[in-house]
Amino acid sequence: MHEQMPAPVAITEIVEETPSIRTFVFDREIAARPGQFVMVWVPGVDEVPMALSSPSSITVQKVGDATAALFAMHEGDLIGVRGPYGNGFTVSGRTLAIGGGVGVSPLLPLVTTGQADTFLLGARTASELLFADRIREAATLMVATDDGTAGHHGFVTQLISRVDLADFAQICVCGPEVMMAAVLAILDREGCAERGRFSLHRYMKCGVGVCGSCCTDPHGLRVCRDGPVFSGDILLGSEFGRYARDATGSRHRV
Amino acid sequence: MVTLYPGPVEVGGIRLRNHLLLAAGILGTTGASLARILASGAGGVVTKSIGPSPKEGHPGPCLIVVDGGIINAMGLPNPSAAFTEELAALQGEPVVVSIFGGTPEEFRTVAGWFAGRASGLELNLSCPHAEGYGAAIGSDPALVEECTRAAASYGVPTWVKLTPNVANIGEIGAAAERGGATAVVAVNTVKAMRISTALRRPVLGNRFGGLSGKAIFPVAVRCVYDLYEACSIPVIGCGGISTADNVVELMMAGASAVEIGSAVIDDIDVFSAIAKDLYGPDGVDAQEIVGCAHA
Repeated sequence: MHEQMPAPVAITEIVEETPSIRTFVFDREIAARPGQFVMVWVPGVDEVPMALSSPSSITVQKVGDATAALFAMHEGDLIGVRGPYGNGFTVSGRTLAIGGGVGVSPLLPLVTTGQADTFLLGARTASELLFADRIREAATLMVATDDGTAGHHGFVTQLISRVDLADFAQICVCGPEVMMAAVLAILDREGCAERGRFSLHRYMKCGVGVCGSCCTDPHGLRVCRDGPVFSGDILLGSEFGRYARDATGSRHRV
Repeated sequence: MVTLYPGPVEVGGIRLRNHLLLAAGILGTTGASLARILASGAGGVVTKSIGPSPKEGHPGPCLIVVDGGIINAMGLPNPSAAFTEELAALQGEPVVVSIFGGTPEEFRTVAGWFAGRASGLELNLSCPHAEGYGAAIGSDPALVEECTRAAASYGVPTWVKLTPNVANIGEIGAAAERGGATAVVAVNTVKAMRISTALRRPVLGNRFGGLSGKAIFPVAVRCVYDLYEACSIPVIGCGGISTADNVVELMMAGASAVEIGSAVIDDIDVFSAIAKDLYGPDGVDAQEIVGCAHA
């Protein structure tokens, strides 16, 4: 394997996408498949996995030390990125995308490369709907908000009954794990779990498949290397939707 | 190349399916990942190092891939006693639990959690980047002897993993043997660091870490060779092994078995790939080649 030191990139633009989500554009394009991620080094703080929302951007919600430090950065500041890592979404034929919250970000490259036909987009409230305008330009968009301020009043999973799953070769999903598990349950009930493609989030330290911190039960699959995208039939009966591990390796409910 | 006769072996009191073990710290966080490696052809597995209290490890970056290897500064993340749950599904399998502590008493405590629940223990007296643990203890022969004696007091097979970052590794190996070790393992990673020239700072969150992978294979050969001279207990070779010929070379230096870690970055099925080249029905008994380079 070749050297993979973090590549220095300068932040060239910071876009406020929603009140809680920002896109950080940087001065280097990373050749990646939709759904692949990079390890983002925030100097002096930490390094965290982030989905690429375009070849030269990450889209981030403030959730911890590293993301908080990113939110305090300015145009011109340097961060390090290594990657792209992971398998990404591999699609063929018609694609349904289902995204919730900041989980829409790894699905955006499917949209911008013309590989998503229909997109079910969910958020807590209208102002938190991520990338709605860009998705609407390239795909059929259906929206749900928890508080009913836009689109369907309720969960994005409730929009699935409005599409014909038989129309789609695969259903690509990313969002909070509870939401993704609800989608998997619907696909399983409809007998098409194997057409689901779920992008998992697990605690990662190395990103390259050696440390084991992101391994899942019961197969010992590495989210960083064998994933982060797994087909639904693999996830049935797994820890998915039930628990995940923290930095110490201890299990916690999701 | 020499090939070996296939079959189970006993090394340092532990029965293995073959001579190839998964090294500590690699894919050893969960029972499921350990089971996956066993299923893919490893003769045994060594877990992530488990210590006296839960640890989150160092801030990232924790690992960088460099030419010829990997530099890591994970910082011994582990769930401590809760790890016993991960072993539940591995009962009867060739699993060695790597343990660490800051004092002989801590080693005794942690060893007690796993005595009887695993095939044996491997004492981490060699991690180069955890203050107060690992190599901080493993470079002092008297402390190595005491910590080994504390863990070995349960009567279970006790391997001691040594650091190459010392002037005389043979002296440390002899201390482990006096303390009751049933085998010594050499080597852990070599202290190393890289700096981002663009950011003008060390890359790893901990500033420095330990180098593993092909780059350190010659260091491992030298250390195993020295330990074979200094100790009468088996030596287990570790450090940069990625081919069957590497295994044979370390055995000729004196290793009775080997641990493989960084090579999984290129191929998670490296154990079956190496076994395919290493073993054959016309192969020799390993005893014929272990230490033969000392003649």
